[in-house]
Amino acid sequence: MPQIEETYDLVVVGAGHAGCEAALAAARMGLETIIFTVSMDSVAMMPCNPNVGGSSKGHLVREIDALGGEMGKNIDKTYIQSKMLNESKGPAVHSLRAQADKAEYSRAMRMTLQSTEHLTLRQAEVTQILAEGKRVIGVKTYSGGSYYAKAVILCTGVYLKARCIFGEVSYPTGPNGLQAANHLTDSLVELGIPVRRFKTGTPARIDKRSIDFSKMEEQKGDEHIVPFSFTNTEEDIKREQVSCWLTYTNEHTHAVIRDNIHRSPLFSGAIEGTGPRYCPSIEDKVMKFPDKDRHQVFIEPEGEYTNEMYVGGMSSSLPEDIQYAMYRSVPGLEHAKIVRTAYAIEYDCIDATQLKPSLEFKEFSGLFAGGQFNGSSGYEEAAAQGFMAGVNAARKIQGKAPVILDRSQAYIGVLIDDLVTKETAEPYRMMTSRAEYRLLLRQDNADLRLTDIGYEIGLIDEERYRKFNEKRDAIQKELHRLETTVVGANKTIQAFLEKAGSTPLKTALTLADLIRRPELNYEKIAEIDSERRPLTPEVVEQININLKYEGYIKRQMQQVEHFKKLEKRKIPESIDYDVIDNLRIEARQKLKAIRPASVGQASRISGVSPADISVLLIYLGK
Amino acid sequence: MFQTDTIAAIATGMTNAGIGIIRVSGEESIKIVDRIFWAKNPKKTLEKTKSYQALFGNIHDGDVIMDEAICLVMRAPNSYTTEDVVEIQCHGGMIMLRKILELVIRSGARAAEAGEFTKRAYLGGRIDITQAESVMDLIYAKNEMAARASVSQLRGNLSEKLKEIRAMILHHIAYIESALDDPENYSLEGYADALQLQLEDTIERLDMLLATADEGKIIKEGIRTVILGKPNAGKSSLLNRLLGEERAIVTEVAGTTRDTLEEDAMIQGIPLKIIDTAGIRETTDTVEKIGVDKAKNSAEDADLILYVVDGAKTLDADDRQIMELLTDRKVITIINKSDVDQVVDKQWITSNLSSPVVELSAKTGEGMQDLYECLKTMFFHGKLTMNDEVYITNVRHKQALAEAKRSLCQALDSIRGQMPEDFLTIDMMAAYEQLGYILGETLDDDLANEIFSKFCMGK
Repeated sequence: MPQIEETYDLVVVGAGHAGCEAALAAARMGLETIIFTVSMDSVAMMPCNPNVGGSSKGHLVREIDALGGEMGKNIDKTYIQSKMLNESKGPAVHSLRAQADKAEYSRAMRMTLQSTEHLTLRQAEVTQILAEGKRVIGVKTYSGGSYYAKAVILCTGVYLKARCIFGEVSYPTGPNGLQAANHLTDSLVELGIPVRRFKTGTPARIDKRSIDFSKMEEQKGDEHIVPFSFTNTEEDIKREQVSCWLTYTNEHTHAVIRDNIHRSPLFSGAIEGTGPRYCPSIEDKVMKFPDKDRHQVFIEPEGEYTNEMYVGGMSSSLPEDIQYAMYRSVPGLEHAKIVRTAYAIEYDCIDATQLKPSLEFKEFSGLFAGGQFNGSSGYEEAAAQGFMAGVNAARKIQGKAPVILDRSQAYIGVLIDDLVTKETAEPYRMMTSRAEYRLLLRQDNADLRLTDIGYEIGLIDEERYRKFNEKRDAIQKELHRLETTVVGANKTIQAFLEKAGSTPLKTALTLADLIRRPELNYEKIAEIDSERRPLTPEVVEQININLKYEGYIKRQMQQVEHFKKLEKRKIPESIDYDVIDNLRIEARQKLKAIRPASVGQASRISGVSPADISVLLIYLGK
Repeated sequence: MFQTDTIAAIATGMTNAGIGIIRVSGEESIKIVDRIFWAKNPKKTLEKTKSYQALFGNIHDGDVIMDEAICLVMRAPNSYTTEDVVEIQCHGGMIMLRKILELVIRSGARAAEAGEFTKRAYLGGRIDITQAESVMDLIYAKNEMAARASVSQLRGNLSEKLKEIRAMILHHIAYIESALDDPENYSLEGYADALQLQLEDTIERLDMLLATADEGKIIKEGIRTVILGKPNAGKSSLLNRLLGEERAIVTEVAGTTRDTLEEDAMIQGIPLKIIDTAGIRETTDTVEKIGVDKAKNSAEDADLILYVVDGAKTLDADDRQIMELLTDRKVITIINKSDVDQVVDKQWITSNLSSPVVELSAKTGEGMQDLYECLKTMFFHGKLTMNDEVYITNVRHKQALAEAKRSLCQALDSIRGQMPEDFLTIDMMAAYEQLGYILGETLDDDLANEIFSKFCMGK
């Protein structure tokens, strides 16, 4: 029977947050790209929480944007509430989070895909990877079509052999009842790619009309909006915002859960996959933290044109009847009507230590992977990997070296390095504490860190790059001016300082010195700085941060220099660890399994000690 | 950190006499020593001194003269390590040497790791692979024993104290990080004030630990050498012979040494911490039994075991019991009492024990030279590094303690300067890491585990 045969440069399997970024990046780099989705209705779908960003995840989104990715722009178009978290803390942990209109988010991303040149969006289930020896040559769909390509990126999310479970009920489907991908795993296993099983979960959605908001605390968005994308200003995206609501579980809720815990598939053993500790179900929280007498519950709108409300903090896989009892014990939810039942979902994914830092499989040339398939969790983590996989697959086809961001450059670098280096026993989530150089990796300076790289990749256009350089120059010039402008201890200055609650001058100081004082900043010293020219708030922000936290920033920069030395020491792919005597057995096994690209990466593998690294360096010195 | 920075260590044995040498190697070595060395002729500096020439002058800590010294400059590549090397020769005295080493470290060098000079020599092509391999063996051995050795060096409840401090630090980091990660759930309101008190208290505790490290228990660190054997095999006589004086009570009555004795000795430049033990035999005497158990414990901790066999007796069940303790350990078997008629089955011993065998008479001193040679051979490659290592471990521990304290002081400064909480955890993490280094514990996933086990996170 004749079958469809088509040829592209690149195939992307899956059109979630990873797949969309991968396909857009590659197509924009000029590669003929086809992206497959099991359903046109699930492009960039948000099957769990209705928001983008949050602590450290917001950093990822801004980095994707600085490199020329899409997520930041898309959430700016479709957000319904925006908040900067941790504003009372240091600038390194300020984190942007926006509530999304889920349907709009998905629709807008689909439209972007469909209006991008060189990009074909196709609804079909990919069932097989086509390979010649250790080189991938394309994919096959369920209907028998063959799509040949020079590279394939797997972004299958939670769809591989997906199973949704609550109580005694189990459906063989992906999220939201969408069709699971039941064949691709077999093809991977046949190719010799080991898979494992992870689990995650989501809470119920409740009909807005059945909720009594008067019993909850209103959570409004910020007045002053910071866009995710560096291409947008507040004016561009300002809009009327929608509120979220806060309520709490109580002893009654906990009693319901405890009394029925035997019916939870997690506790009965019906779920075999490993779930994330940082995103526990409500039954997990109640059982593991018996001392807590209440847990927060956030009621969040799923969009403007739906009555569905997300019950943040109460994901569950308890049976439906218990879910009703449990949700209805929460103030404001006494008469709750469930629209969608909470469930746990199990899926196949890989241990990402099979991948190189470029996200290409070590054992398969041309096969790349990104997103939840790599054992991560979260829309932002997925998008970041998808973007890098797309860029690196495209560069491989173009005969260029991969772009690897290291831990001192970006959260994306930390994320991917952790995934490909450390064996994680649970879905991996980004956290700011994972970034050892976080004072340098701020969300406010993502553009300063990464726009050059985005430009060099070819995803930042000339106009944007020019504006960026203007901003960078403005910061440099103004910092220089402040460092070299000296103010003396004259009457005007002393009077100003007294008024501002600051100590009078004993000797002359620079304007920069004044800004460094905790009680002062760039804006506050305006009246004694007559020469200043108007600057954008973004430039002023950089100036304040650079001066006020200078000591800390410099210290971290020194640490980075240290770190770079070992990163630069590359390990040849052909290295044979068996001939290096004196490596401890555990270290040898780990090094053989992970095959780190640099001595730096080797030093982060758990089970490889500093002494093993010494031995390795001696060997490499031969 | 493994290649290009400048390292320093004491290169001579740990005696209190004669001249002591501190060796500094690396790109910055000349510059670093110039910072603390004032030549008698003020026009001269090491920077301007030719290779293999020396200057005479004083080592200064600021304005304070610490010691007279001769500094020998050996420029790359014509030095042992092939890097720029400065040797500081001073009048010695262990305390002074140690202080000068610390000064060198404060001035920019790093305490050398075990075998590091030799490693650099190898990487620089100075020595061949056999020599280098023995260094790697040493690193390997060090590696395997690191945790045990470093913990056993911290006698008493010192390691317990460090663990406590570490757990406390981690708990605070985890709380702060949880609050940063989930700010709507965990509040940091007023947290810094409580933390400040805690940090002040901890810094005080670290200060006390540092003070004890300063008191210089230097000589106490040597190769832990345990003398094992049946009662009356001549263990105490051997100890006395090694020490050159009568220390242990020696009688003809078997079982006289009922406790373990510890003595320090310098044998042919090798520092030994010799532990004499009670003779091991089946016994019903409670006091003696305690001694026997102690002997067994000492053997487990030993770097080297001297197994003493009575040459005038045949091997029996007690000997077999001792031999079990020797498996996989570094051992020298000594057949003692060579001055009297030999009845022991030497053939059996040489073919069944994998250790070198030496015949001697502790009583007359005959054959002692053979034992010394054997000791030297065993530690030949490692001799210099072994000295460094034993010595440096202490300096390194002290350095780690000081670093930990400095990090906590920085965190404290940040609190006083009203810096946001996320700045605190960075320094606290550094302190946590440094203390872990002393205990031989690595970081891995400590923080994530603490966060998830102690704090309830999640959407």
